[in-house]
Amino acid sequence: MELLDHLMLGFGVAFTPENLAYALLGCILGTLIGVLPGIGPVPTIAMLLPITYVLPPVAGLIMLAGIYYGAQYGGSTTAILVALPGETSAVVTVLDGHQMARNGRAGAALAIAALGSFFAGCVATLLLAAFAPPLAEVAFKFGPAEYFSLMCLGLVGAVVLASGSLPKAISMILLGLLLGMVGTDVNSGVARFDFGIPELQDGIDFAIVAMGVFGFAEIMTNLEQKENRVDITDKIGSLYPNKEEFKEAWPAVIRGTALGSALGILPGGGAVLSSFASYTLEKKIAKEPKRFGKGHPAGLAGPESANNAAAQTSFIPLLTLGIPGNAVMALMVGAMTIHNIQPGPQVMTSHPELFWGLIASMWIGNLMLVILNLPLIGLWVKLLKVPYRVLFPAILVFCTIGVYSLNYNTFDIMTTAAFGVIGYVWSKLKCEGAPLLLGLVLGPMMEENFRRALLLSRGDFTTFITRPLSASLLAAALALIVIVALPSIRKKREETFVEEG
Amino acid sequence: MQLKNKQDFWSGVMFIALGLGFAFKGATYQMGTAARMGPGYFPFWLGMVLALLGAIVLIGSMLPKATETHIDRFDWRVVFLVIGSVVLYGLVLKFLGVYISVFLLVVVSSLASHEFSWKIAVANGIFLVVFSYLAFIKGLGLIFPLWPSFLGS
Repeated sequence: MELLDHLMLGFGVAFTPENLAYALLGCILGTLIGVLPGIGPVPTIAMLLPITYVLPPVAGLIMLAGIYYGAQYGGSTTAILVALPGETSAVVTVLDGHQMARNGRAGAALAIAALGSFFAGCVATLLLAAFAPPLAEVAFKFGPAEYFSLMCLGLVGAVVLASGSLPKAISMILLGLLLGMVGTDVNSGVARFDFGIPELQDGIDFAIVAMGVFGFAEIMTNLEQKENRVDITDKIGSLYPNKEEFKEAWPAVIRGTALGSALGILPGGGAVLSSFASYTLEKKIAKEPKRFGKGHPAGLAGPESANNAAAQTSFIPLLTLGIPGNAVMALMVGAMTIHNIQPGPQVMTSHPELFWGLIASMWIGNLMLVILNLPLIGLWVKLLKVPYRVLFPAILVFCTIGVYSLNYNTFDIMTTAAFGVIGYVWSKLKCEGAPLLLGLVLGPMMEENFRRALLLSRGDFTTFITRPLSASLLAAALALIVIVALPSIRKKREETFVEEG
Repeated sequence: MQLKNKQDFWSGVMFIALGLGFAFKGATYQMGTAARMGPGYFPFWLGMVLALLGAIVLIGSMLPKATETHIDRFDWRVVFLVIGSVVLYGLVLKFLGVYISVFLLVVVSSLASHEFSWKIAVANGIFLVVFSYLAFIKGLGLIFPLWPSFLGS
């Protein structure tokens, strides 16, 4: 069977001692930083990204994937123990997870989250391996017009599902696209928006923007809130869920996995949507919905599995089409480009060892997290108690060293500082950074395809709507916007975001 | 007319300004035609669309049914100390070397915390210098100017 051959190839790559070591290191580092309160996966990855640049491409991406899972798992741990969600998709974890911790079942909650995530990870990895090749076949039929439309759909999808104000989020995308224009134009060789600064001719590195807007700005907003010391649950309790909890959790895990896998494939980050959807589903079909929000194991197990499954399957559009669905995937695209790999359907044929090695290491990473985290929970709890005044200078040190090591120049440090200030202003205006990051990464690709499509059609703009595939992609994007703008749905959507904030 | 949604109002102003800025700057590059686009074409129109969206956000913020929001106070002390310490680090890194620069970064930025104490800031600084040495310089082999340049090497 072809699938088995591919997986064998992947495991062959991933099981070399060196790559295993990097996967392990990535998981540990990711958890270590992800578990620190107030640091979500995006700043964690942005911070650790430069480290992976010195590695060979396969090892670098494997480590990065490890960091991602680690950061996510670390995020759930903080969500459960201190009710501080590092990202939007962990918001749901807080609802029942933290309540379980308060009921003295913190250990069981952490174990359910870990095992549920592991199960979801296994299933989603298989799905990824099975669905990626046929989807890549489709992608080969795409011309520049289709790619442009697909990117539009991806960008629209990302903001429709995950942000507050729609016009503002789209504006942030456009701003990101424009920032992506900074630097030398590949077609004409003209340096654009460089203001005569030689360092800007290579463009603005997305890691700089990510660290400034997510890292620095977050530090400043955290420092403002003077008293946010939260109660940390000291008693972890037994690590083993009791029979009753187990019985309630496992069907939720399976439903969550199915839901998350399906939603994760959609262009435009399904992780947030899937955890919300799973929670709603569990609550709807539960015998005693009243127990939700008071520490119901299903309310934790479902969203956690859905979240993890979606995180995994969101690699499908990235690896087959080269379209990142969320800010984390945008960082992955950036990392791949730095290693001279253009994400897209050709990766599978041109770098099969990388492609399948990455998929295999995802599964290994998930396994490592279970083995690693359950015994180490005591250690992570200690980390949670590190006071912020000690923590944030350390984040600054990591960021500045990381930024400097990108190009070994101090100009990048200054740019990051500038984006820190801008990000701080944006956080006051409630303009989100994630759409901007997506735009920034996709900007050059989008312009390239836009120009090529119009070159091929001799300047005829109707090429985007006369080609059936391109037209349907654009129609889907438009439909998404219209649906969200409808008054009834808009109201519901706002309610969800209010609940969450 | 009353400004109800202050967040959106100022966001709109910002988007319009940035959009027009990018469009004007973009217009200084060669535009070309749709079939043969110059480097200015895509950024110009993108900037225009951004300005248009900014206008939509702006108008939406002034409608009578707009939700009322206000902008939280800016804590300039925190911004100055955090960003200032990073800028300071960037300025002195080449000159003083990574060890002293990291130490300065930690101590200066620590001032931004409302529970600042010299003892902890200095101890944290020393710890992070040692950590940087072990993890980044020994471990990952990143190349930094290590010691002050005037000491000669």
